[in-house]
Amino acid sequence: MIAIPSLLGISVILFTVLALAPGDPFEELATNPAIPPEVRLQLRASLGMDDPIYIRYFRWLFAMLQGEWGFSFVSRINVDQLILQRLPTTLIVIGSSQILALAIALPVGVLAATRPYSIFDQVVNTLAFVGFSLPTFFTGLLFIMFFSIWLGWLPFVYNTNITATGWQWWWEHIRQSIMPVLVLGLFQGAAWTRFVRSAVLDVIRLDHVTTARAKGLPESRVTIRHVVRNALIPVVTLVALQMPIVFGGAIVTEQIFRVPGIGSLLITAILANDTPVIMAVTFVFACLVIFFNLLADIIYGWLDPRISYR
Amino acid sequence: MDENGLRELIGRVKRGTLSRRGFVRRMAAVGFTAPMATQLLAISGVSAQTAPEAVPPYPGTRRGGGGPLRVLYWQAQTLLNPHFAVGTTNQDAARVFYEPLAGWAADGTLHPILAAEIPSVDNGGLAEDGRSVTWKLKRGVKWHDGQDFSADDVVFNWEYGRHPATAGVTSGSYRGVNVVKVDDHTVRVEFERPTPFWADTFVASRGMLIPKHKFQDFVGANSRDAPTNLRPVGTGAYRFVSFTPGDTLRGELNPTYHAENRPFFDTLEIKGGGDAASAARAVLQTGDFDFAWSLRVEDDLLRRLESAGRGVVSYLPTGGIEHIQLNRTDPNVEVNGERAHASTQHPAFRDPAVRQAIALLVDRDSVQRFIYGRGGVATGNFLNQPPRFASPNTRPEFSIEKANEVLDAAGWVRGRDGIRAKDGVRLRFVFQTSVSAPRQRTQAIVKQAALRAGIDIELKSVVGSVFFSADVGNPDTYTKFFADIQMYNTTMPQADPQLFMNQFTSWELSTRENRWQGRNITRWHSDEYDALFRAAEGELDPVRRAAMFIRMNDLVVGSNHIIPLMNQRLVNGHLKNLRPVLSGWENTLWLLRDWHRVA
Repeated sequence: MIAIPSLLGISVILFTVLALAPGDPFEELATNPAIPPEVRLQLRASLGMDDPIYIRYFRWLFAMLQGEWGFSFVSRINVDQLILQRLPTTLIVIGSSQILALAIALPVGVLAATRPYSIFDQVVNTLAFVGFSLPTFFTGLLFIMFFSIWLGWLPFVYNTNITATGWQWWWEHIRQSIMPVLVLGLFQGAAWTRFVRSAVLDVIRLDHVTTARAKGLPESRVTIRHVVRNALIPVVTLVALQMPIVFGGAIVTEQIFRVPGIGSLLITAILANDTPVIMAVTFVFACLVIFFNLLADIIYGWLDPRISYR
Repeated sequence: MDENGLRELIGRVKRGTLSRRGFVRRMAAVGFTAPMATQLLAISGVSAQTAPEAVPPYPGTRRGGGGPLRVLYWQAQTLLNPHFAVGTTNQDAARVFYEPLAGWAADGTLHPILAAEIPSVDNGGLAEDGRSVTWKLKRGVKWHDGQDFSADDVVFNWEYGRHPATAGVTSGSYRGVNVVKVDDHTVRVEFERPTPFWADTFVASRGMLIPKHKFQDFVGANSRDAPTNLRPVGTGAYRFVSFTPGDTLRGELNPTYHAENRPFFDTLEIKGGGDAASAARAVLQTGDFDFAWSLRVEDDLLRRLESAGRGVVSYLPTGGIEHIQLNRTDPNVEVNGERAHASTQHPAFRDPAVRQAIALLVDRDSVQRFIYGRGGVATGNFLNQPPRFASPNTRPEFSIEKANEVLDAAGWVRGRDGIRAKDGVRLRFVFQTSVSAPRQRTQAIVKQAALRAGIDIELKSVVGSVFFSADVGNPDTYTKFFADIQMYNTTMPQADPQLFMNQFTSWELSTRENRWQGRNITRWHSDEYDALFRAAEGELDPVRRAAMFIRMNDLVVGSNHIIPLMNQRLVNGHLKNLRPVLSGWENTLWLLRDWHRVA
């Protein structure tokens, strides 16, 4: 229930900040002498850009409530259409990078924690440290240099219209997704590995784990049923809260690999001062944050029935 | 070459003892570019029918069979209606599907596309008083949906483009003209006054034609709702397949295209987004794409990538000029609450010696060598292209010594801190420009030189989206020019200087009254300039007209309120086996139908 007022508050803040930000979507017209200045003024007026902020806000809000997201100043088509066009690619690339991150972080983190300060643990720690210290724009360029230019194995321009069929189609898609997914997944995975390790280390020393071992349960069962399940609660919080942020974090990666995702939509909209698009995308982010919070709460209940709503 | 010599040559072409091509070549030798030479012939009564050599011969013997063509733009296409096409990227995207009556070839001749022939006095197309031009349309042209292309479509584009509520970016080409349908395949464009540059309406980037039957219900305020805006139906060599704004545009061969054996490629893909450096890599180094548009990256990098041997970089001259402006008005004084009011004078720049000194402190050679490389040509002229309009009278110079002498002679004395002053006015200036690496480096070069002449320059850089905006509430836009000095690039949209040079006329002053929409940013003006400009607008004699524009350039540059730096060039990259047909006077994809590959 608290979600609705917070969404309203977010929308007011976003709208005001965007309205106060300097800039003009028609800057390119300004330096072109072939375009009479009246055209530019006419365009501004027709898009309602000269009205006071609060009028523009309420107009936006009512339209939004009726399901109209407005249209992009730059491409003159509806924003929801723009976002929908980019959703599949975003979900595939970002989604698989998150799965990759989890697939690395969970087993590696747990394994490292069960053998603390072993060689394995130290190697993992070092790698994780390196992984999350390198920003994605750097690893991205490094990957391109190595895999695309030096080895010539992978394409570095993402292609949404692969014409091949059958297995070839799948192969092409996987080939072009490897680098963006690796860049995002390794970065995220490194951070999560360290988190999982420390969460598991916290739990593994608790009395109930010792009890379980004393009962003679096999080590694998102890780890999975008694350690990991309890250690997952803080991990779920972190993962859930990071999900929406990852959409934003993907901006850089999407730009480097030319992945037409929502992040690249946002950055081009920001550069072009395309307010309706910025507004809609940031608003979707806000909704995602709230949604994933909710999701985290639900998963808590499943992991630890004591937390669930009664 | 004087007027008489020129007239004699034209006479020889008329009599047939000199070929058109020979004429154009001779004109080029004395500094006249082909576009003007052709127009010169046209206006003198010689047919401007394009010589077959104007564009490279097209070797294709059958339609299609060339496989895919992959083009990379680091700026993505966002819309496909040519009347809304803001910026060259979108014009290029629209150009794939839509065509104008004619375009400008690289040698500057008009190349007919949807016109059956280029109008001239000879073929009756061009009125001798310069008040009208009659275009004959090519027959048998079909829109992609099978409908016939006719004069009604042409007239419709004029109605659509000039409608104020459509707010089309093409409106400048359709205002002040009247378009009449003569018959189904003939239209006449009538001008309010004698118009020396008649080839603007329906020509080149702003002349692309959209079909009446698809757009007639969407003129004016509801123009945005037309479904065809996103699913173009044109006459071009490629038909529409799919479009994702900001990402990919795809097209396929148009089997009913009106020029035979064209196009060469079966499919076309234009990918947008990313950055210029990696676009250069994708073509020159890995060969993933055939063509990359506008490679604005350091020249060193381009040279290194070129050495991979897969692709080449091409350079096209443009009229764009990166220049420095010295404010004529005082940005620090308010008159009736308006800063930089036209009635004020800049306290330091009112002295010609100070302006001259600053002009002497601009080291163009270093700027070219270390910053722009092959992407620009150092120049002392504001008007550089076509070359026939480039003044031979300017002598740009870089000399700190001389600047010091000039200032000493004018009585500007160094204070204890080394900064010169006179009558309480110190030579301390704010120098603003947009945020961009080459600009900040140029600023630094100027600042260092100025310091050695006792001038203190404070550098300021404004984000491009603010600097170039029309935001009335923001004091940092370039049109307001609330600083002492500023620098930016202004583009020349067509092969004629008239529209370009109106930016120094007194009626274009940028003031609060016109919400700083006037194009005269420095607010410099002179009666002589105004009179010359007015005269050039109606001057039908191309030679006299060119002389007028050269004089205008000399007036502006001679005032030193405008200090030209670099004449920009367009930089593209393509694979070695691709033969793109490019033109510096046109959109990149203007003659996409002739692009082909060689073995």
